[in-house]
Amino acid sequence: MTHISHPSPSGAGRPRLVVIGNGMAGIRAVEDLLDRAPGLYDITVFGAEPRVNYNRIMLSPLLSGEKSFTDIVLNDADWYTANGITLHAGDPVVSIDRLGRKVLAQSGTEVPYDRLLIATGSGPVIIPVPGHDLPGVVTFRDVDDVDKMLAAAGGGGSAVVIGGGLLGLEAAVGLQSQGMDVTVLHLADHVMERQLDASAGHLLAEELERRGVRVITGADTAEIAGDDHVRAVRLKDGTEIPASLVVMAVGIRPNTTLAAEAGIDVERGIVVDDFMTTSDPAVLAVGECVQHRGQCYGLVQPLFEMAKVVGARLAGLETDGYAGSVTSTKLKVTGVDVFSAGDFSGGPGTEDIVFRDAGRGVYKRLVLEDGRVKGAVLYGDTADGAWYFQLLKAGEDVSDRRDTLLFGQAFAAAGGAGTANPTDAVAALPDDAEICGCNGVCKGTITKAIAEHGLTTLEEVKARTKASASCGSCAGLMEGLLAHALGDGYEASEVKALCTCTDHDHDSIRRLIKAKTLKSIPAVMQALEWKTPDGCASCRPALNFYLLAAWPGEYVDHAASRFVNERLHANIQKDGTYSVVPRMWGGLTNPRELRAIADVADKYDIPTLKVTGGQRIDLLGVKKEDLPGVWAALNAAGMVSGHAYGKSLRTVKTCVGSEWCRFGTQASMSIGMSLERMTWGSWTPHKFKMAVSGCPRNCAEATIKDFGVVATDGGFDLYVGGNGGMKVRACDLLCKVTTEDEVHEYVGAFMQLYREEARYLERTAPWIERVGLDFVRSRMVDDAGNRAALHARFLDSQSHSQSDPWAERATPCGQHANDFKTLASVE
Amino acid sequence: MDQIITWTDIGPLTDIPRQGARTVEHPAGRIAVFRTIDDQVFALRDACPHKQGPLSEGIVHGQAVTCPLHNWVIDLVSGQATGPDEGCTGTIPARLEDGRVVLGLVPWREGAAHG
Ligand code: SRM
Ligand SMILES: Cc1cc2nc3c(=O)[nH]c(=O)nc-3n(C[C@H](O)[C@H](O)[C@H](O)COP(=O)(O)OP(=O)(O)OC[C@H]3O[C@@H](n4cnc5c(N)ncnc54)[C@H](O)[C@@H]3O)c2cc1C
Ligand code: SF4
Ligand code: FES
Repeated sequence: MTHISHPSPSGAGRPRLVVIGNGMAGIRAVEDLLDRAPGLYDITVFGAEPRVNYNRIMLSPLLSGEKSFTDIVLNDADWYTANGITLHAGDPVVSIDRLGRKVLAQSGTEVPYDRLLIATGSGPVIIPVPGHDLPGVVTFRDVDDVDKMLAAAGGGGSAVVIGGGLLGLEAAVGLQSQGMDVTVLHLADHVMERQLDASAGHLLAEELERRGVRVITGADTAEIAGDDHVRAVRLKDGTEIPASLVVMAVGIRPNTTLAAEAGIDVERGIVVDDFMTTSDPAVLAVGECVQHRGQCYGLVQPLFEMAKVVGARLAGLETDGYAGSVTSTKLKVTGVDVFSAGDFSGGPGTEDIVFRDAGRGVYKRLVLEDGRVKGAVLYGDTADGAWYFQLLKAGEDVSDRRDTLLFGQAFAAAGGAGTANPTDAVAALPDDAEICGCNGVCKGTITKAIAEHGLTTLEEVKARTKASASCGSCAGLMEGLLAHALGDGYEASEVKALCTCTDHDHDSIRRLIKAKTLKSIPAVMQALEWKTPDGCASCRPALNFYLLAAWPGEYVDHAASRFVNERLHANIQKDGTYSVVPRMWGGLTNPRELRAIADVADKYDIPTLKVTGGQRIDLLGVKKEDLPGVWAALNAAGMVSGHAYGKSLRTVKTCVGSEWCRFGTQASMSIGMSLERMTWGSWTPHKFKMAVSGCPRNCAEATIKDFGVVATDGGFDLYVGGNGGMKVRACDLLCKVTTEDEVHEYVGAFMQLYREEARYLERTAPWIERVGLDFVRSRMVDDAGNRAALHARFLDSQSHSQSDPWAERATPCGQHANDFKTLASVE
Repeated sequence: MDQIITWTDIGPLTDIPRQGARTVEHPAGRIAVFRTIDDQVFALRDACPHKQGPLSEGIVHGQAVTCPLHNWVIDLVSGQATGPDEGCTGTIPARLEDGRVVLGLVPWREGAAHG
């Protein structure tokens, strides 16, 4: 307990001001008061912490070792003395006697007041899971907490930080730089979800992972395990993460107990009016402990605005009062630039402007409403954060520079303001502005090359300058430069973009997913500079497929990017009911399966049973909520999903073949069955159908399938690229083979080649028309090594995708529990 | 006509998948409640203005949903079909309160128009 006291210079008679809380807001209010009316009060400050007033937001650099305690002190002991302030540090106030107008501290000290200022801040929220009170569990609020963390970090080991908000992430990075192995557990889907949108949150998590901090989102803590000290954190899903230190950083709660016990109005915080007065006119409150116009704050800027009002009030000066704050956030992690301000959740009537620069790892999003900036999220380049924040607070109409706003303030100052044309915007960039981040090519180099060599196309500029020759993401800027240089003489190249969300075409997207090891939809959207925050119904399913194809076993399928049929594993019908088509391998069935189908149709009142064109039975008109029950019954009889809904293997049709037919030369039924067992569950660019006929009479119609097998006396003719449908295409003969093993290898290789090369929603027929049969032959007929490699890759990805989606959803619990239920019923 | 809106809590936001939807049964017809990528909620009648397709099963992108039956794109804010298509489905006021989804419902009377 430290006491700094002094004899009062002008003796008694001065009103007595008591401040509870020696933190940032309380002392700032005192400073503001002293600025305006020095010596007006006899001031006493109580602080629960045994030290002078310091800059709490600098606890993060204190933890990481970038700063020492003396660096972060705001007012040292001399300041209190010089200003005649009595400080009781390390002596918390335990009660307020409002009638007697005095406070009582833990030590027994009683101090009377004429004016009381409560500035008790807030405290960390502790989630009451078992083990939360074990030694080794700490919070992140004051210097003592940092000391505990540093002591724990001294021994190396592993730390778990619960909470991926501002504080949690700063703690995690700090501990990591102190040599600990750190895992952040975050309940929401992306880190800092209060400050960042999903795209920026994703970039941040990636950057943290790159630095060695593991981030687990959607992590729900069940228990902190350990006997006399923490040993591990256990999640609800059973995962256990070893830890010798656990930091709880899940949120803060205003410290209101003292005020509430004294009968002062308290809701979430201590309720104050615009003049920071509580329900007792003699008592003011300021800082994180207050609630003003329904709002509690957790950042210093609003507290400082409040403190100014308190200072003026105590000094007896006129003030307009406090009207609430719009806040902005920055994350204090060296080398990571994150900024957010205002309301970026969008909402009715708002409009998004998105800018992504993959080369520099930049993401910027402005949300406009009625032509005014309403919110901003910046990642990677936050230089203009202050400017956007200014525009936001001023409520300035920015409609006239909507298209160039994201180029930043420097651009606007250079005369860009008022230009609504992106071409002019590029033109206005300085010569040393980097256009191609990959190859480090500046604007000046490109404009010079265009002028000197009379370049007229993007290809020529690429060849000459190397700009845009790597990732290609700067192609848009280059087009702008060409358009500016050549004026009307320039015609933009005709790239067939996947959709309006991007300038990239299917092929370059596929190539870049591999080349840049992009492994999630947000990663692709950022790296390839998507123009919308989350794509559309055209690009999302395509990206989901390309990622599945590129990273089998690693990429986690994204249900929200699947068309309903593939998401629910059933075909939607015109009335919103579904059809269910179980597999009948090679078109064969048996009494057990037929009985199960009959029983399930009875039990669930399924109105229509139909034999499909794919040689199996369709149960039509099933209600969504009945799907799991229907599947469970079919599963019980050994049947699995027929993927009649999927861009995937559909059916393998067969004829009866040599097993029964008097003309059959090969066992088409058993070959068909084994082909279906090998290939089911695979995802392909479009649906994929096969058939096996036992002789050239071809009763299974194998020559209008994606892959057809027609048995002959000497072996098998293999056909590819056929379909029925609106534009019937008969197959091309790929080659002849002699053994069943070869048939299997060719099927696997062909499906893999198709999967790796064709564009999403391109069936084998148009694909082969585009690339030519010779291309296919050169890859898998002439080149036996490549054929074997394709086949092996096919089998590898099958090992990850060959599981029955129905069985995974037929049980009414677990991760899909909600998929088939309504959320609520109301009267 | 006097209409009293009752704000009705229908469950936690986390019960609706991101970029997805769940439905609420209402005597006047099923309601689709959407959650966008940035956690905004919107509610529409679960019937496409084209041929009554279940919008709750569509792909959600930005502030729009693509109908699963014939790919009309419906604006979640206004319920209007966008692009060349024309039509509108009813919107229901929806908001978030402390992580819970709350719908502004009009008490249903037999014969009253859809909300
Ligand atoms: C159920 C079935 C009709 C039947 O009762 O026989 C059927 C039903 C549909 N077909 Fe088919 N096709 C069915 C066999 C066929 C066949 C015959 C075959 O497979 O031997 C063909 C011609 C062969 C072919 O595909 O090359 C066929 C060519 C099409 C096409 C045109 C494909 C093309 O490439 O041009 C479409 C449209 C599409 O996929 O875009 C289509 C699309 C559809 C869709 C998925 C329409 C849709 O998007 O909703 C229908 C789904 C209804 C449902 O919910 O089940 N269906 N469809 C058959 C299911 C087979 C199965 O067991 O899985
Ligand atoms: C690690 C960390 C990083 C942060 N980073 C940022 C940032 O980057 N930007 C930003 O704007 N904000 C940041 N903040 C938040 C910022 O520090 C707080 O908003 C600010 O300190 C709140 O000021 P306050 O005076 O209301 O509370 P405090 O600064 O907490 O002061 C309250 C004081 O009152 C004392 N007290 C409580 N009860 C009693 C009692 N009964 N008797 C006597 N004393 C009592 C407490 O011990 C404490 O010292 C950060 C906070 C932390 C913990
Ligand atoms: S032919 Fe047309 S109507 Fe018949 S199932 Fe196929 S898509 Fe539907
Ligand atoms: S019913 Fe929605 S697009 Fe046809």
